Amino acid sequence: MTNSQAVRTSPRFRPGSLDEVMQTISEANAAGRRLEIVGGGTKHSLGGPVLADAVLDMSGLAGIDFYEPEELVIKVRAGTPVSTVRDVLAEKRQHLAFEPPAYAAFFGDASANDTIGGIVACNLAGPRRILAGAPRDAVLGVEGVNGRGESFKGGGRTVKNVTGYDMPKLMTGSFGILAALTSVTLKVLPAPPREITLLVAGLGDARAIELLADLLNVPADISAAAHLGGSRADLPTTALRLEGIQESVVARAAQLGNRLQRVSDVRTVADEESRDFWRKLRDLSSFAADPDACVWRLMLPGTQAARVVNAIGGEAVYDWGGSEVFIRMEAGKAEEHAQALRTMMSEAGGSACLFRAPAELRRCVGVFQPRPKALQELGERVRQMFDPNGILNPGKLGAAGNGEA
Amino acid sequence: MKMPAIDQAIVGRRAAIAEQLRRIVGREWVLDSETERRTYECDGLTAYTALPLLVVLPENTEQVRRVLQYCHEERIKVVPRGSGTSLSGGALPLEDGILLGTARMNRILEVDAPNRIARVEPGVQNVRVTEAVKHLGLCYMPDPSSQAISTIGGNVAENSGGVHCLKYGVTSNHVVGLEAVLPSGDVVHLGGDFVGGADREFDLTGTVIGSEGLLAIITEITVRLVPQPLTARILSLGFRNVEDASKCVGAIIGRGIIPAGLEFIDRKVIDAVSSMLGEVHSREVEAILLCELDGSKIEVDTLVAEVEAIAKANGLAETRISKTEEERAQIWQGRKLAFGAMGKIARDIYVTDGTIPRGKLPEILRRIESLSKTHGLDYANCFHAGDGNLHPMVLFDTAKPGDLERAEAFGADILKACVELGGVLTGEHGVGVEKRDLMKYQFSDIDLIQQQRLKCAFDPEELLNPGKMFPMPCRCVEFGRTRIGSGKTRFPEIPRF
Repeated sequence: MTNSQAVRTSPRFRPGSLDEVMQTISEANAAGRRLEIVGGGTKHSLGGPVLADAVLDMSGLAGIDFYEPEELVIKVRAGTPVSTVRDVLAEKRQHLAFEPPAYAAFFGDASANDTIGGIVACNLAGPRRILAGAPRDAVLGVEGVNGRGESFKGGGRTVKNVTGYDMPKLMTGSFGILAALTSVTLKVLPAPPREITLLVAGLGDARAIELLADLLNVPADISAAAHLGGSRADLPTTALRLEGIQESVVARAAQLGNRLQRVSDVRTVADEESRDFWRKLRDLSSFAADPDACVWRLMLPGTQAARVVNAIGGEAVYDWGGSEVFIRMEAGKAEEHAQALRTMMSEAGGSACLFRAPAELRRCVGVFQPRPKALQELGERVRQMFDPNGILNPGKLGAAGNGEA
Repeated sequence: MKMPAIDQAIVGRRAAIAEQLRRIVGREWVLDSETERRTYECDGLTAYTALPLLVVLPENTEQVRRVLQYCHEERIKVVPRGSGTSLSGGALPLEDGILLGTARMNRILEVDAPNRIARVEPGVQNVRVTEAVKHLGLCYMPDPSSQAISTIGGNVAENSGGVHCLKYGVTSNHVVGLEAVLPSGDVVHLGGDFVGGADREFDLTGTVIGSEGLLAIITEITVRLVPQPLTARILSLGFRNVEDASKCVGAIIGRGIIPAGLEFIDRKVIDAVSSMLGEVHSREVEAILLCELDGSKIEVDTLVAEVEAIAKANGLAETRISKTEEERAQIWQGRKLAFGAMGKIARDIYVTDGTIPRGKLPEILRRIESLSKTHGLDYANCFHAGDGNLHPMVLFDTAKPGDLERAEAFGADILKACVELGGVLTGEHGVGVEKRDLMKYQFSDIDLIQQQRLKCAFDPEELLNPGKMFPMPCRCVEFGRTRIGSGKTRFPEIPRF
């Protein structure tokens, strides 16, 4: 049975209001019923296989509570499709600066809708992360229901806010093991009217990453710095994006172009063609066509990235100037290299996540980088303080999400 | 301000405790005489004082670990302190707790330009980081106005802001990794030494930032460095009334322009500063907006023209625009002197720190005016308009009986009004002891209890900075109990301090 079948055949709760979410979780807690939280279901197979008795489908909690363009803020219910938010913001020439990736096709179901709750719970950012931050930097407020069925809020709607603990940052990236998010308040920004991408072909990985590191130290507001490399059939490509008002983008492109010209020939693409390039890179479209291959996601100091990729092999997409790397390989290879990767990442101060793989492989290899004992125990204590019986997404984060229930 | 009851047994053991701690950090780094301890009796919120049990100054992570382990075994409370510039009493000592100062942990451990990070100890002053990387064309962006004195460790504990956070974000957007010691003595590494280091699954870096010393002692910080912007220019825009100035703020941002800084100064501050600088402003100007734009030269010049046009359409009465770095520094001078200048006019100033949605600026200014009459105290306004972070200065005189209490009541009413208007109690100064008892105006009981449960996961014995941030003590023992089969938890009698 595939994972998506498991989701379809389990009992399913689809609350339509906050009260119903509270009731569903409260009853599940009382009955010891473990819940897998899903929005659009696109990231069901991201993370450890969840050991659940039922599905908590959040897609019924959809809609925009408020959007105030002049305040640069939007509050949306967790089950709202990301595409809906994108469209609403685009009407006012604004956007989510962290550039949420759309992984539906990558994870095998192009028709599914990823939701805001899912993007925030997994803290996934696109190429602009290097300039504009990740969801963790954009989430101003959260509302959620913990494993006891209690609804709570944290943060607020203003950018400047240090009142109490930063619950929005704790909830962002917690993969649903602490609470079911019911709404998030996000900082939005003006969408840049123009963009230009500089492309250089044929550079080796180490040289390309070094070049990106050099240029990211230049005051040019580079909004994306990537390299398509590793072992690949086509020519490697190094790409830099500049965004902003016309005058500024043209001036900065000339400035960087001059520096790049010394290295190699530079090709420039603008606007729709540029957007298309980064959309494909962001969504890992080149890996979507090959659904059986496994994909590792590495996060590490960029200067170490090429060395690690070279040692492991596989087709690689380096983003964030090399600090985030996706490597594609066959399932057998993914398993074979797991231990070596984990060791190298631990030495480099980074982490290796088995980002896409069959459930069996994720179960036996483990998805996330193992944590030192003290940190693992701290995480477990934090989880218990939100979900004492471990009924929310048990197993999603491996050991950190395994309740005693 | 009611603080947790003092454990006299601990106070009575002062000499013995000092002796044990000296074995860890060295004889001269435990201060026990009253005169030495007196230096540390308060932070930037000088209305509250307490003599710490002892002042302990460790040199490195290992010493911090051993101090915490000892305090954990002996159940001794610990209050961390950087430079003591907190404006909310975050570093207010406890008479039965040690004050753990980070002053000796002041090394910049690593600057890694290719990965755009610097790794520093908590006692490094904010401004030293930028100084250390200037030659590389890089900088550390968060710039709280205390930056010459305040430490990175303190900035992390308070999640400090500054004038440039409208465009560049606050401390938590610039810290990618932390080393911290838990009250148990366990050392944990959170995040990583690269941009995106704190983006990983279930990362607790962002949780520790802004936790006001209640969760862990931070012993190392990895900050993100960014290229120093090529150019910056500032516009000083004078308006005939605060409404016009407020509208202009919304209009600039509504047009898709995010200035590097956008500050508001009212007439009282203008007069105080002008008398110090010998500047002359038109009589009809009631409020000034300072708008700084940075980036490439062509971008800055384009935006300066655009902002000026927007201001003209919103009732602009007076303009100064910097053309050189000296002119820019000169215009900023007025803002930087604001608090000092008011100090020359009033005997005492009480600065508070609420945040509101930008659009509510005219409304909050009206309410402050009316509260000023109710409380019978004058005030002045100077604040970060771009992000709606207010710093109303209540003017009073401690020599007059009852004035301090009235000033505090005025300040509290302003913060309550901020919450009513959709804002928050504190934008950058922290809750500390100052706003502790106001937390219930912003959060429900369950919101606060969930935050306290988080505290219990880090510090189940409640030894780190107790009496701060929450209006009631934690109930870690109760929270820790696992319950199956219960319905909603109820909170009948929540004890308050």
